[in-house]
Amino acid sequence: MHDLVAITALGGPEPRVDTIGGVTCTEVPHIALASVAARMGKESKSTKTLAKLIDAPTPEIGRWTGATVSAFWAGSDQWMVEAPFDTHEDLAAQVEAAMGDAASVTEQTDGWVRFDLNGDNIPAVLELLCQLDLRKVSEGSAARCSIHHIGCFVLCRTAENYSIYGPRSSAGSLHHAIVTAMRSAL
Amino acid sequence: MIINHPLLGPRDASEFTYLGDATLINRPDWQAENASEAFYEYGYVRDNPAGEHQELWYHEAGDRSWLVVTRNTLTHEISKVELARDVARARGRSK
Repeated sequence: MHDLVAITALGGPEPRVDTIGGVTCTEVPHIALASVAARMGKESKSTKTLAKLIDAPTPEIGRWTGATVSAFWAGSDQWMVEAPFDTHEDLAAQVEAAMGDAASVTEQTDGWVRFDLNGDNIPAVLELLCQLDLRKVSEGSAARCSIHHIGCFVLCRTAENYSIYGPRSSAGSLHHAIVTAMRSAL
Repeated sequence: MIINHPLLGPRDASEFTYLGDATLINRPDWQAENASEAFYEYGYVRDNPAGEHQELWYHEAGDRSWLVVTRNTLTHEISKVELARDVARARGRSK
């Protein structure tokens, strides 16, 4: 029997936490992800089914919605569904069963690393990191952008709480970028 | 240069990559009689206008959409930005 130790995307046994100048960057594991892409001609059916699944209106362009199971807009007729891993380990299977033949569902869990920023003055960090127009970013925004040439999603949960998703294989580079920007800006 | 993305609003051109002439949307019918001539023209023959030019841009550092951008090659002024999907469907593709 193998005796394997679970490690996070950054390789530690526990999630990495960095606090600089009132902003905390926390590595967030234990998130289940699944992408949903509506099939041609099934766009409105997908929108309705996804709304039922997340128990909230399906996110409009550049937005996220939902609570325990939430979704954010990833592209035209495409969304990413997120949920706690502990209760939704088989998220992709659940979403696939719900969407039926209206959409294509792909498991994305652990394909991504998530860093949450908490604190005041997060826009000062983000404006060093990405090209998003932060005056247009508000609670409920979700945008894809490039951070140090890494394709990321930036979600604004509240004015003091942002989530950044990046590819898990670039977790170290993304973490370095975020912490460096925090040191410079704060 | 700023490209006014039809869904996301103004975005810096550095978020996009350029593919080329938007006539690439008009892929010829491979079963047609003149397929070899049509594909020669599709692959190699381009207009090189001094003025309005329709071109394909990819929003790589954004929502990964393909756009048809109408740009004046003399002034770089962008007069129109459309989703390539809409343009292709308007021309009878993907039906």
